[in-house]
Amino acid sequence: MPESKKNIPMEEVAGNGLLHRRVFLSQGAALISAGSFNLLTARPASAQTTVDIPPWMKVPGAGMSGYGSRAAHEDYIQRNPVSALGTTGSGGSRTPLQSLEGMITPSALHFERHHSGIPDINPDDHRLLIHGMVDRPLIFTMDALSRYPMVSRIHFIECSGNSRVGFNIEPALGSCGDLHGLVSCSEWTGVSLAILLEEAGIDPRAQWVLAEGADAAVMSRSVPVEKIMDDALLALYQNGERLRPDNGYPIRLLLPGYEGNISVKWLRRIKVTAEPTMTRDETSKYTDLRQDGKSLIFTFPMEVKSVITSPSPGLSMSGSGLYEISGLAWSGSGKIIAVEVSADGGRSWARAALSEPVLSKAMTRFRMAWRWNGGDAVIKSRAIDESGAIQPSRDQLLEEKGTKFNYHYNGIQSWRVASDGEVVNVYG
Amino acid sequence: MFMAKLPATIFVGFIFFILGSQWAFAQNGPNLGVLAASEEIVAWDISISPDGNGLPEGSGTAVGGKSIYMEKCLVCHGQEGSGLLNDRLAGGHGTLDGPAPIKTVGSYWPYATTIFDYVRRAMPYLQPQTLSNEEVYALTAYLLFLNGIIGEDEAMDAQTLPRVKMPNRDNFILAYPGEK
Repeated sequence: MPESKKNIPMEEVAGNGLLHRRVFLSQGAALISAGSFNLLTARPASAQTTVDIPPWMKVPGAGMSGYGSRAAHEDYIQRNPVSALGTTGSGGSRTPLQSLEGMITPSALHFERHHSGIPDINPDDHRLLIHGMVDRPLIFTMDALSRYPMVSRIHFIECSGNSRVGFNIEPALGSCGDLHGLVSCSEWTGVSLAILLEEAGIDPRAQWVLAEGADAAVMSRSVPVEKIMDDALLALYQNGERLRPDNGYPIRLLLPGYEGNISVKWLRRIKVTAEPTMTRDETSKYTDLRQDGKSLIFTFPMEVKSVITSPSPGLSMSGSGLYEISGLAWSGSGKIIAVEVSADGGRSWARAALSEPVLSKAMTRFRMAWRWNGGDAVIKSRAIDESGAIQPSRDQLLEEKGTKFNYHYNGIQSWRVASDGEVVNVYG
Repeated sequence: MFMAKLPATIFVGFIFFILGSQWAFAQNGPNLGVLAASEEIVAWDISISPDGNGLPEGSGTAVGGKSIYMEKCLVCHGQEGSGLLNDRLAGGHGTLDGPAPIKTVGSYWPYATTIFDYVRRAMPYLQPQTLSNEEVYALTAYLLFLNGIIGEDEAMDAQTLPRVKMPNRDNFILAYPGEK
């Protein structure tokens, strides 16, 4: 043990116990197995040991299945659906970020935000119409779309109302997912919308398209042609299988990096126009009211942001020792280039390790080794993207955008770890 | 053999004709879209732009709109658009720059055409796309009247509605493509 310690100094990289990540690399593992430190996950494993052969080793296991399901022990991990009064399908459900690892959100736990429920669409009867300022208005069946060349890309979608509770005067109670779970990340596969617009023959004077869904709200948004031609995808598949109904089956418009509402689900119509249509969901909603009473309209990209998912409220720490701080970072303006973590309330910061792959407009997982001394601590993370944007503190954000903004909250999240191991949301 | 006897210019021209007709379509795609008939487009295209493009025939006034509102909208939006289960629709004028902004159709929405578009496509919540165009014009007129923007007997139609200037119209700043 003393020898291991000599070989692997526990090099502090920032205050209050943040350690160089090499503590978790191969030599670090040897050191840990030597028993010098308690390597604890935020969810402590059962301490029970036994010499008995477990019952599941004494009988043949269950058979195969046509469509798999997760372990029953994991069924408690749920989204938390909340509907508007008088409705069952207007509202949202949030991804339990604190219970997940890696960069991909399981499709069944991808967040939802619907304006009039989830339509039950028969794909054989679904059509996509492209019309307006085109030479040839065209109708596509799902069979036709399935024959087009496809591309796969990993992107996050974040509702622009995510983390809205950050505007509250007092810090809201809740898990990381309760506060920040209107963001998820998937591999999306589908057809480049630019190909279809070229087939329809888009008028060079066209500047916008209207994208419209086939839900009962017929939710619609105006999208710049520039964005459509850049990277808009007609997503048909999510994480390898057809989209789920709650993510827009059978077609979802995917506009990487843009506020989630504009990635119209259940897409039925694209109308090419000279000017924006000024729909209800881009004027009355999803506009950003400033202190002076004026509003910003068409604030499309989601800003650089990060949050520590472990530890976080509900995942209490059990005793001092070595922990891995883990979290997610993302930006609508490109790749994450760095995430810094502080364990002393922001007095000192150290760069976290970024898990590969680090992709543009995708979730990036970051990790940081922390030796918790068992005392009160405030931990936080801040992300920097390739455009040079740095995630602001809550104070900076409110100073810049005001308190009436209501959307696009990307302030730094602080978690207070109390000496009893409980974790809560705090400001500052 | 037949081709070989044709003058070369005609042959080349024929090839160009073939290519040209192909070229009229996209070069990259499989071209599997079917031309949409105009009646299909008319049936699908329910969006209304701020210049009034897309507004149908018909008209309505606040007087007519009030009785429809009482029957179909009151339960969610309250007396005279005061808000109940769902959004408040009237009032709030002059509150946006204060400490407690009240966003309503009248205080916040920049375009009157959006009212027609949204009511027709999505309201009433439990029975969307059941209102006639006449009813939508009348409800639009009623909401504008409740907000003091038009008179009680002023008819809203494809010509008058786009000319209504909403009080908050000039307070929106384009974040995209940015101020010019």
